[in-house]
Amino acid sequence: MAREKIGETEVVNVKKQRKKTKKEHKTRTVHSNILYDRTKGEDNPNRHYSDNEIKTTKYTLLSFLPKNLFEQFHRFANVYFVFIALLNFVPVCNAFQPQLALAPVVFILSVTAIKDLWEDYRRHRSDKEINHMDCLVYSRYKHQYMERFWKEARVGDFIRLRCNEILPADVLLLSSSDPDRLVHIETATLDGETNLKQRRVVCSFLDLDCDFDPSKYNSVIECEKPNNDLARFRGYITHRSGRRDGLYKDNLLLRGCTIRNTEECVGIVIYAGHETKAMLNNNGPRYKRSKLEKQMNVDVGWCVIILLVMCLFSAIGHGLWMYQYGDKRPVFDVLSPEGAELSPVLSAIYLFLTMIIVFQVLIPVSLFVSIEIVKICQVYFIHQDQDLYDEETDSHLQCRALNITEDLGQMQYIFSDKTGTLTENKMVFRRCTVAGVEYSHDANARRLAMYQDLVDSEEEDCTSHSGTLPRRDSVTSNQSAAKVVLRSQSTKSHRRTGSRAEAKRASILSKHTAFSSPMEKDITPDPQLLEKVNHCSSQMTFKRFHSQSLSQLPSDLTDIIDFFIALTICNTVVVSSPNQPRQKVGTDSSSSLNRSSHRDCSSVLSSPSAESTLTKLDEEHHLGGPVGLEHAFSPVPPHTTEGEPGALEEGELRYEAESPDEAALVYAARAYKCSLVGRLPDQVTVELPDLGKLSFELLHTLGFDSTRKRMSVVVRHPLTDQITVYTKGADSVIMDLITLPSTDDSKGKRQRKILYKTQNYLNLYAADGLRTLCIAKKVMTKEEYAVWLRHHLEAETAIQGREELLFQSALRLEINLHLLGATGVEDRLQDGVPETIASLRKAGLQIWVLTGDKQETAINIAYACKLLEPDDEIITLNADSQAKFLSSDPSRSFQKDYAPAYSFPPPPPPSPSSSQTQSFLVHRLGLVIDGRTLAYALDSSLDEKFLAVARSCRSVLCCRSTPLQKSMVVKLVRNKLKVMTLAIGDGANDVSMIQVADVGVGISGQEGMQAVMASDFALPRFRNLQKLLLVHGHWCYSRLANMILYFFYKNAVTLIFWYQFYCGFSGSAMIDQWYLIFFNLMFSAFPQLITGTLDKDVSSETLQELPQLYMNGQNSEEYKPYMFWMTMIDAFYQSLVCFFIPYCAYADSDVDLLTWGTPITTLALFTILIHLGLETKTWTWMNWVSITFSVGLFFTVALCYNASCPTCYSPSNPYWTMQRLLGEPLFYLLCVITPVAALLPRLVRGRCVSVYERENMWDVRPYSEMLNTTGVVDLTVKY
Amino acid sequence: MMASNYNAKEEDGHQPAAIGHGGAGTVKNKKPDNTAFKQQRLPAWQPILTAGTVLPAFFVIGLIFIPIGIGLFVTSNNIKELEIDYTGVDMSSPCYNCSQSYSWNSTKPCTCSVPFSLDQPFESNVFMYYGLSNFYQNHRRYVKSRDDSQLNGDKASLKSPSKECEPYRTSDEKPIAPCGAIANSLFNDTLELYYIDPNGSRTAIPLVKKGIAWWTDKHVKFRNPGGNDNLTVVFQGTSKPVNWRKSVYELDPSDPDNNGFINEDFIVWMRTAALPTFRKLYRIIHKKPNMTPTLPLGRYILEVTYNYPVRSFEGRKRMILSTISWMGGKNPFLGIAYITVGSVCFFLGIVLLIIHHKYGNRNHSADIRS
Repeated sequence: MAREKIGETEVVNVKKQRKKTKKEHKTRTVHSNILYDRTKGEDNPNRHYSDNEIKTTKYTLLSFLPKNLFEQFHRFANVYFVFIALLNFVPVCNAFQPQLALAPVVFILSVTAIKDLWEDYRRHRSDKEINHMDCLVYSRYKHQYMERFWKEARVGDFIRLRCNEILPADVLLLSSSDPDRLVHIETATLDGETNLKQRRVVCSFLDLDCDFDPSKYNSVIECEKPNNDLARFRGYITHRSGRRDGLYKDNLLLRGCTIRNTEECVGIVIYAGHETKAMLNNNGPRYKRSKLEKQMNVDVGWCVIILLVMCLFSAIGHGLWMYQYGDKRPVFDVLSPEGAELSPVLSAIYLFLTMIIVFQVLIPVSLFVSIEIVKICQVYFIHQDQDLYDEETDSHLQCRALNITEDLGQMQYIFSDKTGTLTENKMVFRRCTVAGVEYSHDANARRLAMYQDLVDSEEEDCTSHSGTLPRRDSVTSNQSAAKVVLRSQSTKSHRRTGSRAEAKRASILSKHTAFSSPMEKDITPDPQLLEKVNHCSSQMTFKRFHSQSLSQLPSDLTDIIDFFIALTICNTVVVSSPNQPRQKVGTDSSSSLNRSSHRDCSSVLSSPSAESTLTKLDEEHHLGGPVGLEHAFSPVPPHTTEGEPGALEEGELRYEAESPDEAALVYAARAYKCSLVGRLPDQVTVELPDLGKLSFELLHTLGFDSTRKRMSVVVRHPLTDQITVYTKGADSVIMDLITLPSTDDSKGKRQRKILYKTQNYLNLYAADGLRTLCIAKKVMTKEEYAVWLRHHLEAETAIQGREELLFQSALRLEINLHLLGATGVEDRLQDGVPETIASLRKAGLQIWVLTGDKQETAINIAYACKLLEPDDEIITLNADSQAKFLSSDPSRSFQKDYAPAYSFPPPPPPSPSSSQTQSFLVHRLGLVIDGRTLAYALDSSLDEKFLAVARSCRSVLCCRSTPLQKSMVVKLVRNKLKVMTLAIGDGANDVSMIQVADVGVGISGQEGMQAVMASDFALPRFRNLQKLLLVHGHWCYSRLANMILYFFYKNAVTLIFWYQFYCGFSGSAMIDQWYLIFFNLMFSAFPQLITGTLDKDVSSETLQELPQLYMNGQNSEEYKPYMFWMTMIDAFYQSLVCFFIPYCAYADSDVDLLTWGTPITTLALFTILIHLGLETKTWTWMNWVSITFSVGLFFTVALCYNASCPTCYSPSNPYWTMQRLLGEPLFYLLCVITPVAALLPRLVRGRCVSVYERENMWDVRPYSEMLNTTGVVDLTVKY
Repeated sequence: MMASNYNAKEEDGHQPAAIGHGGAGTVKNKKPDNTAFKQQRLPAWQPILTAGTVLPAFFVIGLIFIPIGIGLFVTSNNIKELEIDYTGVDMSSPCYNCSQSYSWNSTKPCTCSVPFSLDQPFESNVFMYYGLSNFYQNHRRYVKSRDDSQLNGDKASLKSPSKECEPYRTSDEKPIAPCGAIANSLFNDTLELYYIDPNGSRTAIPLVKKGIAWWTDKHVKFRNPGGNDNLTVVFQGTSKPVNWRKSVYELDPSDPDNNGFINEDFIVWMRTAALPTFRKLYRIIHKKPNMTPTLPLGRYILEVTYNYPVRSFEGRKRMILSTISWMGGKNPFLGIAYITVGSVCFFLGIVLLIIHHKYGNRNHSADIRS
């Protein structure tokens, strides 16, 4: 069908792929579809690429049944149940009516099938909606862009996109209405990052003046095969002229992104449909198997064994029973239908099969379905918890993995990221040191303190008033009131021309509150430094006017100016202004007139883009006047003190940064009036005091990567016209790259001194828990630059190993730097982190912090969040070199190798031997290890020792660790210690760790969605972890554990087994087959679901007050292997009672089979329900309703069934049995005594065990007292 | 409020636009409702099983169960019951000859008289049972071997009985009525009771053979095909069960209401017993209107027409005479069970009380609560 459509729409796919060549197997060649006629469709080289229709459904109408069944049969239990059902059709062993025996299996299968079908239908609807979105595709015949559905777009089509449209496929950008040939895109749907990103037109189309004309396009694109790497795209475009140009990820617009700030652009589809990077990245939900379920499966295995033993026993019994009669066939031993006599052996074999059917309930059919249902309910309740909702970000907890809720109650180790997880990841510029002089920014610190108070009081206000208005929103609520309307309109018609603008405005306004709270933006400058800046700039202005060389300035002053310039330009911050989209709103995207006028305007102002021009105008207006000064000098910005909402003044610039650090630094520089006003791919415009706007020609940007830990920009300095490199990065790497003048003159000495001082200050900052960055610069001579450039260009154009070459090139550039200064940025701890950590630790959880930060920063954060306490002894492991490591004998104690490396008072040497570990309780140890040492420690020869040391420590801090190391640590602990691990993090660097851990938790914070996408649970804040684990985890675990045990118990009450002794082991059942089959499925199913969902052994408050209760789950105390056997023994006993009391009561009477079996069924139901009642700790009305319902249902069904038909239900007709029984006193007497007798031992045992333990759980204080005495003793024994 | 509203909308609007089905967007950005149910704060009763609540429960159970048990025990003991085994295993037994010579194929009836005496008179109605031991009427294949629609009078089933009846479905190419193993093994001894007056004369005791089956069985479940008249015609073309001496329409030729499928002896037999040792109601001896006991004490003779062979499965045949109470026949078990359970509860209550007082004091908190 899709093909026909394409035919009609004249979007022609023609083909001339030369598929023989090897090269083409590695790359994809894309030609323009315009060149090929539809009539010669076979020639289109793009023929083989998938079209843009997406289909994420698993099934079609026809394939649903077979495919779904096939999938369901992957679960072993289902196969087993179907096997049982089919066994009923075998005549020699049929125990039940075959049709009836199918019922439970069909029921179970169809419930799952309906669930799957519904899910698939939702996917189908969503697919359909997406496939039928509109986009503009160039038509070959009409020579213009036509509206088409998304699904009709093909590889090789030209697509025109307008502002706020969503990209239908991966498109190579060929033209943009933007004068700089840029397109801004928002990738929030892809990676959650809300900052705008720039994409560039392919360089060979840069110089096109007029509109791009697809019909003239005749180049061939060669690029990679579709892959899922969002950050990579390589290829080249070959023009007819033979010219080749490289293609980069900067040229590719990915499906799902939204075009922003750009009126129109045109591109050619490279990857479509399922081959787009977005779709390739789109993995379905993950399925994990929880620890409890694994344990349960073992016990299901035991159940199978018990079943087989029982069947075997019965079969042998039957054989012997037959054998004792010998040749004398008694009248009741019926011959087989054929009239043939069965030998005892053969008969026993048949009976074995029959017994498997009869005892099938022993394997809980409904267990699996029930567990799924209960888990879904649990997830629902976790979702609904108000305490896990964050007003600030208006986000919930998200359960992305539905089937491991109970694992939350069994965690033993928590691995946490630091930045963004423990801290806010809202960076606040705190201090800086320039040229060896420290500027403490005391006023700023005071302001922050005040702000904090303000926020606190505001928070109280909020909660006391209505509690509905989010705190952060209160700052911007002026806009949001207007947004409400716009947003709601924009939802459906987002992509249509009319409301596009509004939608955009709304989104721009709303998106950027993230990095730009007033706290981060308003920096109170240090007066001393400000004075110096002013002085310096005035000097520079002076010199400039008098055409003097700037180099005559005192070096500390130039350093200051350079320092701020570096802060301003050495980043990837994109500038936008809040009112700018509104201006664009006025221009209908189809009106070219309007657009050209914009362009005129911009050219007049000689500014790179319309947007930045406007912002610049605003900015000038804003900053030029005395307002700016006043603003800058007031210790507390006026609008914050007044608490006035709507702080965003018109015309204020917004900085959209990829990381909050960058934004903080740019805002800091702005406080010193060195502000970034525009950024283009090749130019950065900075406004300096007095000097006005300066445009730096941006030659190269060497982006940040985690290996280099720095980024650099290469610019041409507009004042000096020198090629200057500004580098910003972690102090550990920058400090090594600083070269000091070799001469011993005063300059060299001074430099050395600066370096020394800066290092001291850096240590000081780190000790204060600040994130430190070093700023350095380097002036290159033209020759040096030319040499480097040549290599760099080679690297850039390489197709193979380009990353590696670029990396090497960056390394070559970033040497011989000159230190400018360092900054200290504060990352505030999130609310409640110390408390959360304290209570999680009380809960027996080991908390490890794995961070990429430097050691001192990490240690300080650890102190701040109470991970380390002042009286803890800290072991620091810093290995100097690998050689040292390798030379050491690995069999020697780990500690000895590192003894010289202690930087803190050395504690008694810990060793893995248990004799000494006792002493560690006295000295509470903290282990700090850095990345390099970690690499050695993770080596397989030493990991055991590392773990032994780490285990004896109370807290472990891994600094400077790479993402891979993080995941290796988690993996090591998980595999070697056999513990349950939870990893929590917020950034892309935590993804691998999150995936490795048993439970991965993502913080939906500032750094995009990768962590959340990879996680099983996504939390708004770190402190939510406390309730999630201590309360929900505990509940989920204890509920599910109890439910599973109860299930085993319930199914193991096999009364029929005892009956075999009285029916010649013939497989006969006194319980009617209907009851037998529906007993577990219907009559006793609801109460346990309710209990499994709602029961609370301990209240939420108690659980949070007494985190010790969490150890219950850690030690799997609700479900231990012996408990399964206890349950089995209990079930055994109860089935004995339930069988033999009625047996004795009816012994040698005229009772018939069903009149005897029905009371047994009834009293078994009562026993089972009362048993559940004893296990239920909290009774809500739902428990009562469900139990009443169960009993009611049983009697209703029984009465209806027994009255319905006197001749049906062969072979045994229960006509009027129940009715008659209800008139007999004996029935009631049995129903009273049997449950009591059956449950008496349980009641007594429960009493004896728990009368002085569990009852204390209800009373908070005595229990905590008890834990103080006994719990600690337990711990000491354990360690 | 508005802000959250708009956020929800935004989420909705973005969903179709989002690239596919990451799943992250399915959560509505909305503050959860603060309802007791959603926040899991439903008002709940927490049955705190402390010594304070459990101990009284034990005592209460004990105090209720023991009197019930005593009542049941007394009731059961007041029931008079007499059992006579007439299988004839012993040489001394009067039926020894019959039991030795008899098999299913015998044609000549064998009779024997078993004398017995009553030490106590039986007041009120006396129920006469026959009892069989080691007879597995609950055997799986046996239980199934019947055709309920045939017994319900369905004519089609009469001519072609259900397959379940195999191998007792047809005989000599003719369908068996009633088919199946249960019917085939119908108990066919005839028992008669004679009172021996002190003067030596025998008086036959009137045995009522109707009213021994369930009312629903007699009137709903079992029906003769085409009404109760002309059973001979109706059953034309069918064959009698292999082991039967006479056809189904000859079971009680004297009373059309008790003949054919609705013969009550037959109906009682068809209700298969639950356990291998069972009794089935055979006759009722109604209470006499005057004050004389139903069965006065004295000597009796049980006249047995010995047709039913049990030797092949080591079975025993018994005749039981029993009066009946509100709780059925004589069975002291339930009374004993109630007394036992009640006593155990009471005893446990005392033990727990002692433990509680002895050790509970150590934990003062327990004391506070109890």
